[in-house]
Amino acid sequence: MVKVALWGTLRQYADGLAEVEVEAATFKQLLDVLSARYPGLKPQIARGVSVAIDGRVYREAWFTPIKPGSQVVLMPYMVGG
Amino acid sequence: MTMALDQQPKRQFKYVGTRPPRPDGIDKVTGRAQYGNDLVAPGMLWAKILRSPHAHAKIVSIDTSAAEALAGVKAVVTARDFPAIEGDAGMRDVQLNCMADTHVWYEGHAVAAVAATSDALARQAVKLIRVVYEILPHVTDVDAAMAPNAPLVREGQAMENVPAGMSANVTYTSEFGHGDLTSGFAKADLVIERVFKTAATHQGYIEPHACLASMSSDGRGELWTCTQGHFYFRTACAAILGIEASGLRVTASEIGGGFGGKTQVWAEPVALALAKKSGKPVKLTMTRDEVFRGTGPTVTTSMTCKIGMTKAGRITAGEATLRYSGGAYHTGTCDMGAMAGFAAYDLDVVRTYGWNVLTNRPKEIAYRAPGAPQAIYAVESTIDELCQKLNLDPLDVRILNAARKGTKSSYGVVFEDIGLLEALHAAKTHPHWTTPVAPGTSRGIACGFWFNFGGNTCVSLNIGTDGTVSVSEGNPDIGGSRASIALMAAEELGVPYETVRVVIADTASLGYNDNTDGSRVTFAVGLATIKAAIAAKTNMMARAAQVWGIDPEAVEWVDGAACPAGPNAGKFPPMTLAEIAANSFSTGGPIAGHCDFQADGAGVSFGVHIADVKMDMETGKTELLRYTVFQDAGKAVHPDYVEGQMQGGAVQGIGMALNEEYIYSDKGTILNAGFLDYRIPVASDLPMIEAVILEIPNPGHPYGVRGVGETPICPPLATMANAISRGIGARLYELPMSPPRVLKAIKGA
Repeated sequence: MVKVALWGTLRQYADGLAEVEVEAATFKQLLDVLSARYPGLKPQIARGVSVAIDGRVYREAWFTPIKPGSQVVLMPYMVGG
Repeated sequence: MTMALDQQPKRQFKYVGTRPPRPDGIDKVTGRAQYGNDLVAPGMLWAKILRSPHAHAKIVSIDTSAAEALAGVKAVVTARDFPAIEGDAGMRDVQLNCMADTHVWYEGHAVAAVAATSDALARQAVKLIRVVYEILPHVTDVDAAMAPNAPLVREGQAMENVPAGMSANVTYTSEFGHGDLTSGFAKADLVIERVFKTAATHQGYIEPHACLASMSSDGRGELWTCTQGHFYFRTACAAILGIEASGLRVTASEIGGGFGGKTQVWAEPVALALAKKSGKPVKLTMTRDEVFRGTGPTVTTSMTCKIGMTKAGRITAGEATLRYSGGAYHTGTCDMGAMAGFAAYDLDVVRTYGWNVLTNRPKEIAYRAPGAPQAIYAVESTIDELCQKLNLDPLDVRILNAARKGTKSSYGVVFEDIGLLEALHAAKTHPHWTTPVAPGTSRGIACGFWFNFGGNTCVSLNIGTDGTVSVSEGNPDIGGSRASIALMAAEELGVPYETVRVVIADTASLGYNDNTDGSRVTFAVGLATIKAAIAAKTNMMARAAQVWGIDPEAVEWVDGAACPAGPNAGKFPPMTLAEIAANSFSTGGPIAGHCDFQADGAGVSFGVHIADVKMDMETGKTELLRYTVFQDAGKAVHPDYVEGQMQGGAVQGIGMALNEEYIYSDKGTILNAGFLDYRIPVASDLPMIEAVILEIPNPGHPYGVRGVGETPICPPLATMANAISRGIGARLYELPMSPPRVLKAIKGA
C-alpha cells in the first residue's frame, strides 16, 4: 500500500481525504485505482496529472515504479515556457 | 534500460564547465543562419491573415468573392477549410484560435487568410474580404470578468470543479497546501493581506512568427517554421488540418527567441491550408503588430495574498488566491502559480487557490515559468512589507524561512537537495549586499522558484569513420543548447568539443521530442546524449575487446580510448575512438548510440535577486543602478549560457516590473501593439547584470545539471517592487510600476 497525497481541489472527489491509501506498484496502476475508486477524479486525470515519488517529479511515465512506503504526491500536469 | 546514472561517483570534468565558442555563432553573426523568414521556395506564394477589429463579436457572414477575383490571388481560406476537431477540446481551442469559426473572442483573432503571388497583393486582397460582425459585450479585466452579470465570453466552458454560482467566465479552480490556516495566523504577531494586479506581458522575442508551408497533391506536407517544438507543431497541424502526422514533415528553422511564445501554433495551420488549397508553397510571416494582437502573452492577474509573521521573522501561515486570465481559453497556468507562489519557504501552514477566468484577450501561452512570476511577486512583496513593518532584515527573514532538503513544499512534494539556502548565503556575503545602500538609492531582494521538468526525448549519436561525432537531437536551440550538448557528448566520449557537431533533426528523422520548454533541454537532451554516448562507448569497447581477443567486460573507457581494465586483462595500448572508428567497417559496421526515453528527475531551481534603484521623485522614473542574480544551476555545463539565461530572465522580469503591459481601449482593443509603445527594457536601461552561479548538484542527473532558463524571471517583479517601495516610502500593488503609477504613489504617500 502507498499513501497518495491529493491536492486540495481533488479532495472533494475522494471523500474529503487529503491522503488516500492505494495498492499500486506503478504510476499507471495508481491512476487506474484512483479512477476506479473515485470516478470524480477522472476528468482531471484525463486532463493530465504528474506524480512526485519520494520528492522526484515524473510527468507522465506510466510504469514508474512505486515502492511500498514511498511518499507519493499527485500534481497537475507540468507545463513550462 | 534505465541506468542508475545518479549513483555514479562525482567526477572531475574536462569539457563540461568550460566556455568554448558556440557552434552556430559564425552562421549567426554572418547572416548565414536560416531563420523563419529567410526560407523561400520556387513558385512561393505570400500569405496574409485578416484579423478581427472587435474584442468580441459574432461572425454573421464572410464574403471572400472580391478577394478571390483579384488577379494573383491563388487561395482564400476561412474556418470552413478546417475540419472541426472532435473529442479533443484542447486542440479544438487551438484550431479555433488559429481561425475563428462562429465568433471572434478578441481583437486580432484570425477570421480569413489569403495567398497571393506577392506580399502586396496578399495585403490588398485581405482588405477585399467583407466580414459582417454582430458586436457583443466584451470584458478584458479579470476581476470584472468574475463579477456577477459580467459579459459572457464563451458559454459552457466551466470544468467540473467550479462551484455553482460563479460567473460563467470562471472555468477552473485549484487548491494546494497544508496545515490549519486559523491556528497558523493566530500564532503570528502581524498578519497583512494585500491585493495585487499584474498586466499581461508579451515574450517580446525579436523574430516574429514565420513559416513556409508546402503540400503536394498526394496530401503530404512540408513545413519549415520558427518554433520551440517542431514535433508538437506536427501533431497540432496534422490534427487541425485533419491529416496523419506522418504525412507532415516539420523542420525547425533557427529561432530568434521564443521564451514559451513559440510552443504553440498560430499561423502554421493557416499556411498549410493555403498551400493545400493553392497547390503552391506558401510563406506566412507575421508583422510585429500581429505578434502582439494575434499571439499569446502571459496571463493577466489579480491576486490576494495574506501572510502571518512573528516578531522574530518566522512565517506562521501563508495564503494566496490567484485570479488568472489567459484570454478566451482555458489554461492551467493558475495551477503553476498556485504551486510556485510559496515554494521557496518551509511552512507549516500554507494554502493557495487558483482560478482561471475567461476574458476577451488573446490566447495566453507560456512565458518563462508560466504563472510563477506573478504569484511569487505577490508573496515576496507581502513578505517584504512584513519585514518593513516588523523592522526585520529581509534577507535574514528569507534565510530563516527558506525551504531546504526535506521541506514539505507548498505543493506537497518533499524537496531533495536544493540550493536556496546556498543562494541566500551567497547573497548575504556578496559585495552587493554588504555594500551599504548609497544615499538617495534603495535596495530590494526577493527569491524565486521554478519546477523544471524533463519530458519525452530522443537522441541519436553517430561516430564518423574519421573519429568525429554527430549528435542528432530534436529540440530547437534557443539558449545555446547545441554547445551544451556537444560539451556533454565530448565529456562522455573523451573527445575534443570541436569534433562534435549537434544538429536539430526534422520530425521524420527522429522520435518525438517535447518542446524546448520547461527548462528541460540541457537536462533532458543532455541526459539522452550521455546515455547515447554510453551506448556508443559500449559498442566501441566491445570492438576493441574483439580485436584484442579479450572479454568486453575487461575493457574500460579512459580519456577517449578503450583500454584494458587492469593488469589481468592483458597488455594492449589504448585504442582511441578515432582508431576504432577508422576500422568500424571491418569490425561490425557503423557505430552509433541511441536513446529514447522519458526524462525524469529534473531538480527544482531557486534564485535570489538583489536590485539597487534610484527613484526620480519628480517623474516617477526608476533608474536601475545595480542588479545581481544568484541561482543554483546544479552544474553549469556552459557557464556563458547559464549566465545568459540568468541575465535574460532577470531583464524580462524587470520589464514586467517596470514598463511592460497590454493597454486596452474601452472597446477592448490594444492601444500599444508595437515596441515603440510597449516598452521592453533595452541595453541603455540596464546596468551589467551580475550572475553568480551556485552549483548544488541535482541528484537526478549524472553531472548534476538543473534547468536554469525559467527561474530567473520569477524574482525580479518583487525585487524591483521591494526596492521601489523602500525608495519612495510607499508600496505599489500593481504592475507595471510605470512612471505615472510611481508618481501617483509618491504623491499619495
